[in-house]
Amino acid sequence: MEIFQAITNMTAVGLAQHMVNGISLGSLYALIAIGYTMVYGILLMINFAHADIVMMACYFALFGITTFHIPWYLTFVLTIALTALLGVTIERAAYRPLRDAPKNSVLISAIGASFLLENLATYVFTGRPLHFPDIPFLSSMISVGGVQIQAICLFIPIVTVICLTVLLHIVNHTKTGMAMRAVSKDYEIARVMGVNIDNIISITFAIGSSLAAIGAIMWGIRYPGITPYLGVMPGLKCFIAAVIGGIGNIKGAVIGGFILGLGEILIVAFFPQFSGYRDAFAFLMLIWILFYKPTGLLGEKTTEKV
Amino acid sequence: MLKVRDLVVAYGGIEALKGISLDVPDGKIVTLIGANGAGKSTLLRSIIGLVKVKSGSVEYNGDTLTGLNSQQIVSKGLTLVPEGRRVFPNLTVLENLRIGAYMRKDEEGIAADIKRIYEIFPRLEERNWQMAGTLSGGEQQMLALGRALMSRPKLMMMDEPSLGLAPLVIKEIFNIIRSINENGTTVLLVEQNANMALKVAHHAYVLETGRIMMEGSGKELLENEEIKEAYLGKKKK
Repeated sequence: MEIFQAITNMTAVGLAQHMVNGISLGSLYALIAIGYTMVYGILLMINFAHADIVMMACYFALFGITTFHIPWYLTFVLTIALTALLGVTIERAAYRPLRDAPKNSVLISAIGASFLLENLATYVFTGRPLHFPDIPFLSSMISVGGVQIQAICLFIPIVTVICLTVLLHIVNHTKTGMAMRAVSKDYEIARVMGVNIDNIISITFAIGSSLAAIGAIMWGIRYPGITPYLGVMPGLKCFIAAVIGGIGNIKGAVIGGFILGLGEILIVAFFPQFSGYRDAFAFLMLIWILFYKPTGLLGEKTTEKV
Repeated sequence: MLKVRDLVVAYGGIEALKGISLDVPDGKIVTLIGANGAGKSTLLRSIIGLVKVKSGSVEYNGDTLTGLNSQQIVSKGLTLVPEGRRVFPNLTVLENLRIGAYMRKDEEGIAADIKRIYEIFPRLEERNWQMAGTLSGGEQQMLALGRALMSRPKLMMMDEPSLGLAPLVIKEIFNIIRSINENGTTVLLVEQNANMALKVAHHAYVLETGRIMMEGSGKELLENEEIKEAYLGKKKK
């Protein structure tokens, strides 16, 4: 009887552990997925470079602290600013000149931007994994009710909720947000209303990249091995998260992120024999959603205009 | 006054406008009638800067508009009520009006104008918080007109405001167009509903495959035999 009690106790603690892991991973996916969905909403393109923007943000933070000895909190602010600038620059250099070109050209340009960043990072930072510096308190392990967790895990969901609240406020209740929504539906008429759509697109990239930077910093603290290709797999999954939620829909991207993060962790928790397939979960979800609800969970039905 | 001179617009190698010249004097309603594919929409879209012009010029009160972008053109007091209304379906009725005033900074003036537009279109006020995509066709057309008025335009261009609307609603829309004009806004109206358009217009142009074939006062064209047969559906006697 006592043994039985012990097992149930252990499972409860274990489950809590897995939930914490799942929620923090889901939050990180959500933050990155927002960038995909916002850019898609406005430009109707998949910004493949977004994954590498995440990677670059990790390096910015890493070098800020280790090489330039800037205090970590200042580094984080600088990282967000630099990453936003990087996102805006990529849009200017690789996407804006193709504004009137066919959609496929922009897509190819995005793949090019992605490869450029990955190879540039490999060249400059080497392919050897670098260790993301330990941040006081945030990197340390703490025990909450018998559950051993890294302190950052407590903050990841909180930061995500704050970011999402601010973002939804901007999108739904400011003039800029109104223009963003207008441009996403009909950029031509938005232009006739006097909206400078290039500005709005830049702002969209700045916001998406800032959120990616915030996600990247927390990602680095949580998974400190930094390589030039670290963005690729999370990037793919976050894009899938955006599709599952209904691409173009911010709340959908967040829901998708949580589904993938939690699902991935819980599958490993409940079926350890499948742990080698954890990355496959996202792709299975993608196939499933494309079969049953191709517009995504919160996506709206659209009819292709001729 | 809006002056269009020898305007040529081409899509690919095909000329949609083959040298159009027309005048829209201040305070008047000028209409442009013609069949599908005559180039009516292309003309409006090129005046507002959505379509690149191959040659020719557009001048408004002495300023050259050709080569400017839409934002600059709109800031000179022009606006377009586009074909098919094209209200922003994912914005509320109120937001659609607000985005019409996107370039204005005078919050008080904007609030007063919204109130005024709700007086003209009481049905829009009832639907204040509704997404514009849920409105009926007639309501959307009213919203498109209201949205255009929010920029306090000096010249309002309208592209087929009667398209797809019930006869009673069309009548209402034309009454509103007339009263917009009486309040001092110049109107350039493109229509397939030649009968209604010619009745409200001070001056009219007939466009056929990229060329202006005829012009005259609305009354003259209404009584012209060719126009009657081609556009008004009345047989010669």
